[in-house]
Amino acid sequence: MRRFFPHPRMMLVLTVLWLLLVNTFNLGHLLLGLFLGWSIVHLCGDFLLSVPKVRKPLGLLLFIGKVFYDIVVANLQVVKLVLGPKSRLEPAFVEVPVEIEDEFVLSTLACIISLTPGTVSAGLSSDHKTLLLHGLNVPDRDELIAAVKSRYETPLLEIFECSRT
Amino acid sequence: MPFWLELLICACLILGSLFALVGAIGLYRLPDFFTRLHGPTKATTLGVGATLIASMLFFAHHTGNLSLHELLITLFLFLTAPVSAHILSKAAMQQKVELTERTRGQPWDDDH
Amino acid sequence: MLENVVFLCMGILTLAMLLNVARLVEGPSVVDRVLALDTLYINALALIVLFGIWLASDLFFEAALLIAVMGFVGTVAVGKHLLHGDIID
Repeated sequence: MRRFFPHPRMMLVLTVLWLLLVNTFNLGHLLLGLFLGWSIVHLCGDFLLSVPKVRKPLGLLLFIGKVFYDIVVANLQVVKLVLGPKSRLEPAFVEVPVEIEDEFVLSTLACIISLTPGTVSAGLSSDHKTLLLHGLNVPDRDELIAAVKSRYETPLLEIFECSRT
Repeated sequence: MPFWLELLICACLILGSLFALVGAIGLYRLPDFFTRLHGPTKATTLGVGATLIASMLFFAHHTGNLSLHELLITLFLFLTAPVSAHILSKAAMQQKVELTERTRGQPWDDDH
Repeated sequence: MLENVVFLCMGILTLAMLLNVARLVEGPSVVDRVLALDTLYINALALIVLFGIWLASDLFFEAALLIAVMGFVGTVAVGKHLLHGDIID
């Protein structure tokens, strides 16, 4: 079973992507999408990251909602900073220690940080223990580190089954 | 087309293009590369996402059945914008671009 | 109303693209220019989607999707080249 369907969730995602791409839903396209998903997963299986088990599905949905809310709020802040006076900006590089070990969850965290509160993830140390952020307006660096850890890292660690370092 | 739908589409379009404009203004007037990175990754992505949602609503009404494939582009943009920002900032750190003197903290060198 | 709003949005997006081109011409470093090109790609995508709404034609979807994919691949390729091209020297 495991050998014939190596990444079942990825296969379903690819099927849904195919149905969205052709923008119709019927049995033929469903079968074609399943076949494409199955063959792509087999061809590219070596390059796919393994996704850890989701421990709390409801928590994941709530977390996605929270991230979208944060994206909108972060954009309003960026609008205010971009159109405001340049002398008020306080850009800074901040090093955030991360506890997440799993590669997939770590890249999720980096993407969320880039899309949300006025920060871009600019680098990851080679031992995967420190994330370098660049903030557009950081009055207090410790506050930013605490916010990233409590708002995104702790929920991700709770939602996905992965070990802390 | 019902009035409320037209109003919703227009609101999405105007909000979206204003966000894209803010991203472009940020790209043009902020002082150094790392601050300029913020405009395109956040504002432009959200702006184009809003435009695509307006297009989705419009075509759902126009063709009469649900048209979800604009969601694909929106999803793709939201997934790829952080990745390209990350790669560009790594390249910028390696090229040692100039920073504004107000920046606190240091970018990393190559050996990290 | 929709037609006027689409025209207005096209104007706004054109202004945004002009600002991107200004940064592309001026940009002191190479990464600035790559960033400006990336933004230009995304704004062109939005302009094409608006054009599709104006003509009420679904055909422009594929063009927009291709521009999104090619823009991302191009940015990543140039970024990688900048990152590893220096190491070879």
